[in-house]
Amino acid sequence: MKRIAGLLVVVLAVAGVLWADSALSINGAGATFPYPMYSKWFDEYHKKNANLQINYQSIGSGGGIKQVTEGTVDFGATDGPMNDEQLKAYQDKHGSGILHFPTVLGAVVPTYNIPGVTAELNFTPDALAGIFLGKITKWNDPAIIDANKGVKLPADDIVVVHRAEGSGTTYCWTDYLSKVSDEWKTKVGKGGSVNWPVGLGGKGNEGVTGTIKNTPDSIGYVELIYAESNKIPYGNVKNASGVFVKASLAAVSAAAAGAAKEMPDDFRVSITNAPGKAAYPISTFTWLLIPEKFSDAGKRDAIKGFVKWMLADGQNYAEALSYAKLPKEVVAKEVLAISKIQ
Amino acid sequence: MASTTTTVPSAGPVAGSRSFLSRLRQGDEIAHIITFLFAVSVVLVTLLLVFDLWQGSALPRHKFGFDFFRTSVWDPIFDHFGALPFIYGTLVTATVSLLIAVPLGIGAAIFLAELAPARVSDTLEFFIDLLAAVPSVIYGLLGVFIVVPLMRQYIQPALKHSFGFLPLFQGPAYGVGFLTAGIVLAIMVIPYIISVSREVLLSVPRDQREAALSLGATRWESTWKVVVPFARGGILGSIFLALARALGETMAVTMVIGNTPAISASLFSSGYSIAAVIANELTEATSNLHYQSLIELGLALFLLTFVLNGLARLLIVATSQRGAGMGNA
Repeated sequence: MKRIAGLLVVVLAVAGVLWADSALSINGAGATFPYPMYSKWFDEYHKKNANLQINYQSIGSGGGIKQVTEGTVDFGATDGPMNDEQLKAYQDKHGSGILHFPTVLGAVVPTYNIPGVTAELNFTPDALAGIFLGKITKWNDPAIIDANKGVKLPADDIVVVHRAEGSGTTYCWTDYLSKVSDEWKTKVGKGGSVNWPVGLGGKGNEGVTGTIKNTPDSIGYVELIYAESNKIPYGNVKNASGVFVKASLAAVSAAAAGAAKEMPDDFRVSITNAPGKAAYPISTFTWLLIPEKFSDAGKRDAIKGFVKWMLADGQNYAEALSYAKLPKEVVAKEVLAISKIQ
Repeated sequence: MASTTTTVPSAGPVAGSRSFLSRLRQGDEIAHIITFLFAVSVVLVTLLLVFDLWQGSALPRHKFGFDFFRTSVWDPIFDHFGALPFIYGTLVTATVSLLIAVPLGIGAAIFLAELAPARVSDTLEFFIDLLAAVPSVIYGLLGVFIVVPLMRQYIQPALKHSFGFLPLFQGPAYGVGFLTAGIVLAIMVIPYIISVSREVLLSVPRDQREAALSLGATRWESTWKVVVPFARGGILGSIFLALARALGETMAVTMVIGNTPAISASLFSSGYSIAAVIANELTEATSNLHYQSLIELGLALFLLTFVLNGLARLLIVATSQRGAGMGNA
């Protein structure tokens, strides 16, 4: 009996070594917002390439940047592009750079709960910035009323709700507010966590939604995907061309297309407040962070293969999961950039 | 506590007569070494923790110095980090929770240990242990879905109506805030206080009760004047266990406290606690200063727990001396 058990252990060990040898495993970590998309992609790609396993941990954009800089993962992912300081830190540590590859797009929408108001509200950039700065404190403020003719808004105090934890959603929202309001830019700024002038913090999209549902006269912001899948009503936002746009996958792609014309070579671009009549202004790319230089040729080729597939077939999976596809111009530009991975 | 001196094995009379090897073979020495290592590992882990937190918070310690604990702006974008609102929120929520949980918990423990029939006591104890084992996120959900709406609609307006002249109960009532967090924490720590206090009360020797009763004390007099003072050390211990849990609780607090780094006299105001802000911001902290400031907050929480535990020890020593040997359970 003992002998058989011993034999079994040896066989298993050998099989394990052989299996580990034939299967290549690549590890990534970062943004939580695109996690459903990425896990779908890695799963589908694994079905096509049985000997390649890509593991992804959605630990947050900050964690993704940190881990890829420290070299503990093969690639990172982030909802806000790395800043110059972070790029320099990577360059200093590795002697080579890191590349940004946009993968899909998302959007952030304003959602509210005003008893007695069922109409879809229109928000101007000034109204949103004013509310979140704490300068517009009543729902019947002229800045809100003027954009919502015919809607009877109460004279009640506005309760602002924001995300408590650091998040890509907050990055996108504050990036937008920084672009449309100088006061926001100088007083608060953009980032995953900021020093909110007013408001309550809810944990996660569900925490924000829960607080809004529970609190009369409140306003907050959530991811478009979350609002869609949970049937949460949300407002329209006036874009850079002066049109009130309701967020949708098409409106997000339109924002990306508007920005695509001036896409920088490193893809680090913010598409909030993008030009174009159909563009939804609070949209963002989400990025994979891939090192320029790989010491392991197998991993390098595997990642290049994956990015190529993600830009072609992979994009077809996006809309089913409520992510907006990349515009063609951006895809073409990214395909050229793949050769930078060495 | 006085029994710690009896664990030195070489003090036995036979120890000198046997060689180290034979003792080793018989296992005594091995058991001694292994258990000693286990005991030492606790100290090592604590020291390592402090060292790591100290090392990891070098940037904010140099940049802000003591101002870190004195200022109240927390701005990750413009790199100002002050821990005061978080320390305040942690202390206020823990205090509120103990103010509610201690009388309720000890009262329930007295009932279960002294007054209830054994069958009732054991059945209830089963439920209490169950409550103590419920994960904190469940308490958080209970807070979000039940306590917060109740607070906003009924409790806070009622408090405002009756005690609105006190600064404690002023300002807009959103449902979330210090008071709600304190109440949810109280619900979480009550099972600890009941469970430990009940055990301690049950372990009070029968003679104590019988002596009191034979002197003509009523049942309540024997409980309140003899049994409870006798068990005081253990009951205080249960309170400090509850305090430790209240200080460090993360998930349930962040779900109901409102997550606003603000200092306000009003218990209705939303606030923030140390553990909650660390959990919320650590994963997305991209700048080194932000990251290390969160680690320094961890250090602050550690020190806070350390100081409060120290005070607790002092309190136990002080009260047991006054009780002349009574509180030594």
